[in-house]
Amino acid sequence: MHPLLFVLGIPLLGSLLLAFTGHRPVARAVNVAVSFATLLAAGTLTADVVARGPTFAWGREFFIDPLNVFLVTLTAFVGFTTAVFSRPYMQVELAHGKMTAPRLRLYHSMYQLFLGTMLFALTTNNLGILWVAMEAATLATVLLVSVYRTAASLEAAWKYFILCGVGIAQALFGTVLLYMAAGKLLGSSGGALLWTNLEAVKGSLDPDIMALAFAFLFIGYGTKVGLAPLHNWLPDAHAEGPTPVSAVLSGLLLNVALYGILRCKVLADGALHNHLASGLMMGFGLLSVVTAAFFLWRQKDVKRLFAYSSIEHMGLITFAFGMGGPIANFAGLLHMTVHSLVKSAIFFAVGHAAQKAGTQAMDGIRGLITVSPTVGWGLMLGSLAILGLPPFGVFASEFLILTTAMREQAWATPFLLLALGVAFAAIFARVQPMVFGETSVRRLPHPPALLPVFAHLGLGLMLGLYIPPYLNAWYAQAARLLGG
Amino acid sequence: MSAFLSQFINLLAAILLLLAFAMLSQRRILSLIHLFTLQGATLAVSTAVVGYATAQPHLYFSAVLTLLLKVILIPLLLHRVIDRLNVRWDLETLINIPTTQLAGIVLVMFAFYLAQPIAQISATIARGTLGIALASVLLSFMMMITRSKAVPQVIGFLAMENGLFFAATAATYGMPMVVELGIALDVLVGILILGVFLFHIREQFDSLDIRHLEKLKED
Amino acid sequence: MNAPGLFSQLLEVLIALALAPLLTGWVNQCRAWLLNKSAPPLTQPYRKLHKLFHKELVLAEHASSLYRAVPYLVFGCMALACAIIPTLSTDLPLSPAADAVALVGLFALARVFQSLAAMDVGTAFGTLGARREMLIGFLAEPALLMVLFSASLLSRSTSLTTLVDLFAHRELAIYPSLAFAGVAFTLVSLAENARIPVDNPATHLELTMVHEALLLEYSGRHLALLEWAASLKLFAYSCAGLALFFPWGIADARTPQAMLLALPLLAAKLTLGGALLALLETASAKMRIFRVPEFLGSAFLLAVIGMLVNILLGV
Repeated sequence: MHPLLFVLGIPLLGSLLLAFTGHRPVARAVNVAVSFATLLAAGTLTADVVARGPTFAWGREFFIDPLNVFLVTLTAFVGFTTAVFSRPYMQVELAHGKMTAPRLRLYHSMYQLFLGTMLFALTTNNLGILWVAMEAATLATVLLVSVYRTAASLEAAWKYFILCGVGIAQALFGTVLLYMAAGKLLGSSGGALLWTNLEAVKGSLDPDIMALAFAFLFIGYGTKVGLAPLHNWLPDAHAEGPTPVSAVLSGLLLNVALYGILRCKVLADGALHNHLASGLMMGFGLLSVVTAAFFLWRQKDVKRLFAYSSIEHMGLITFAFGMGGPIANFAGLLHMTVHSLVKSAIFFAVGHAAQKAGTQAMDGIRGLITVSPTVGWGLMLGSLAILGLPPFGVFASEFLILTTAMREQAWATPFLLLALGVAFAAIFARVQPMVFGETSVRRLPHPPALLPVFAHLGLGLMLGLYIPPYLNAWYAQAARLLGG
Repeated sequence: MSAFLSQFINLLAAILLLLAFAMLSQRRILSLIHLFTLQGATLAVSTAVVGYATAQPHLYFSAVLTLLLKVILIPLLLHRVIDRLNVRWDLETLINIPTTQLAGIVLVMFAFYLAQPIAQISATIARGTLGIALASVLLSFMMMITRSKAVPQVIGFLAMENGLFFAATAATYGMPMVVELGIALDVLVGILILGVFLFHIREQFDSLDIRHLEKLKED
Repeated sequence: MNAPGLFSQLLEVLIALALAPLLTGWVNQCRAWLLNKSAPPLTQPYRKLHKLFHKELVLAEHASSLYRAVPYLVFGCMALACAIIPTLSTDLPLSPAADAVALVGLFALARVFQSLAAMDVGTAFGTLGARREMLIGFLAEPALLMVLFSASLLSRSTSLTTLVDLFAHRELAIYPSLAFAGVAFTLVSLAENARIPVDNPATHLELTMVHEALLLEYSGRHLALLEWAASLKLFAYSCAGLALFFPWGIADARTPQAMLLALPLLAAKLTLGGALLALLETASAKMRIFRVPEFLGSAFLLAVIGMLVNILLGV
């Protein structure tokens, strides 16, 4: 039995199980247990790949290599910690009347389905299935975002659906073009969409078709990454959905979409022998960083603030991968990891803070440090970490990206530095009063689950100070795989 | 593979584009649904013809799937939705129709320009179909942008999917079966979710005007 | 120009003159059936023409000589149009003149004079109708030209006979661009022939009338000629459409026998086309005059797309 079967099967079965039992009180614990089982399976799979190198599963339909296995682990891990966080969070929401039993059932079922589809998208070798899984993940998150059924959440979900639906349709067109290019070399059998097969012949794929295909795939998946100018759905979806959903959207979904782009970039680079893919990624990455940094100033809602911060960081990562080369790719992968960990930690803290304050408006959240020191410190440390202060991991990766940019793309560095500076000032100016300001907020009926916050921040800190050798080797392999 | 069949596929492609253009300039919701149904039927026929021309039996299967899904099931659902929501009226557009049409022409040119190099090197039956498919996708996209009501947006979304599906059949003789099934499933689930959404939106806003959905803005 | 050629040419014009009112009568009959009314007989237009020719001619007080010349001019234009459009045969003495641009020019000439005549007597309705007619013409002509050009791209010539030769007498081929051109041509013909949804040919009383407003002051044989010219115009448009999109059956010889053989097929095609026109008219409602630019704009853009498709497909 391949461990991949468990990685994919457990969340899907869990989703089915929770579709029937998700409304019961025990479901919150079941959700955690299922996520934990997925994490264990992902760990086994990782150990397997570390020991034996890249493997196929079920013919050649699934493919695990250092690039995706690290994302699988990350997804399973953040999925698990978010489930832990969501347990008390949802209890509070239930008590506040924002959630009802049927909605909770939908939420739990879709949460597991969402994790399942993302793991599917990560591990499949078939670029067509990758698209199907991404679309399925979109559908699941649409339901998650709209779970409160308020006017604002419906609007956010509608925007999300329409914009991402349009975007992902472009990606499908790109996939069709890719298949067309591949069909000439590999025949129009099912094998022509397998990434490994395409990778083997990437040098002889038709450059005209591939250029167009990559452009469409980039627009399509780029919409889901939240790259400007197609980022409008992202802040709404983050702000109006339940906080655990914001955490997994920022922490996981954006990564998976970017992963789709990376796989395609490898093919496009091989076929094109020019810098189209790199140029597109750097251009839109930089645009996102700058756009997001300036939008940060105008935010009043705390979740929107950090949603824009996600756009900024995804832009930075896209830029890094666009530069290519071993160091930039390494930095991009590291940044993906630490951003996922730190951003979800921030959303956990923000979720608790917003529940305490009864509002997501930043003016209404004050003095967390006196109300609940742990949440306050969590938010403060998380913000410092995401802003790239040493010794957190974000500092290490941003430092690497910036130094590479100075060396290779000097024109971009002023923009990057300016944007990072603006973002720093914007976020710090808003988080500081939220944590240290005057307050009169009551205590929460349930103790917050702060273990995930500090576990994530701890990992983020660790990655800043010390990257374990196997992880290092792993990143290096993946970085080499991405080429540049 | 006779020249006649490839010409016939070209003709169906042209009809598809024609319908996409008609949808762009159509004001009435009911006519939109009819046009969408016609487009689905054209798509089913073209899929079957491509299947026949290239002797690929799995395309017959997807033709039947298209027929069931896009000619029967989805239009039926749409009809029920507009009946239940009582939204048969003429609809206003955000940008007036002649402007939309002019922009549509520009989009068609753009799509053809993009597809031109591919049409020249392509070896598949109908060389120009990719450009036409791309043009229909972009026109449907345009329709989604310019409509202020929710139902036409949904129809635009579906029409866009039609264009994509046509690209897949005409340019590559259909995606692998498993992918095609996955896409069909996604579309079906998507339309069901959108349908449910329409009711929620109606409940929340007492209207299906998308302009109510503009509260979440940067300020 | 030899004698049989001349005879054939004459025959074609005569057939057009004879059949045109019949086509109008047939469309009216179909419309009445579809509206569940008791239909006028097929020969009604002939009776009307007969009646009008025998009525006394009344001229407006300030009518100039232009006003009196226009009916003959318009009638002449339409008869000439019918002569050069390859209705029955592609090999006639006037066939080389069957140029698409010339045809559009003929129609434009008729339109200009008719509008001038309508303004000549200085009534409000005439001026209103003339203005609207020019608006429609201004929008319809480019669309018609584009339709003809997108067909011409296929034959590499603006001659209608070459086109018919290409479509009807060579190997059967499907030209997708013609799908667009066909729809555009239908829209233009509806507007040009004053049919619903642009104009209502059956009313005299609405403020919205266009074509009827132009004829309002005419009477007697002048009116008869103009009515006949309108029938001829419908006939010419129908035949041009058939020649472009369903040319099969048009003879390529100039003998009268071949033409008489082609006649039944033409009659069948016109019968079907007339019924379709009636169906189209009953199924749609007349649109506001301000929607007409949009309507004809669509026709123009469709024709443009047709050309683009033609270029893309390279056939």
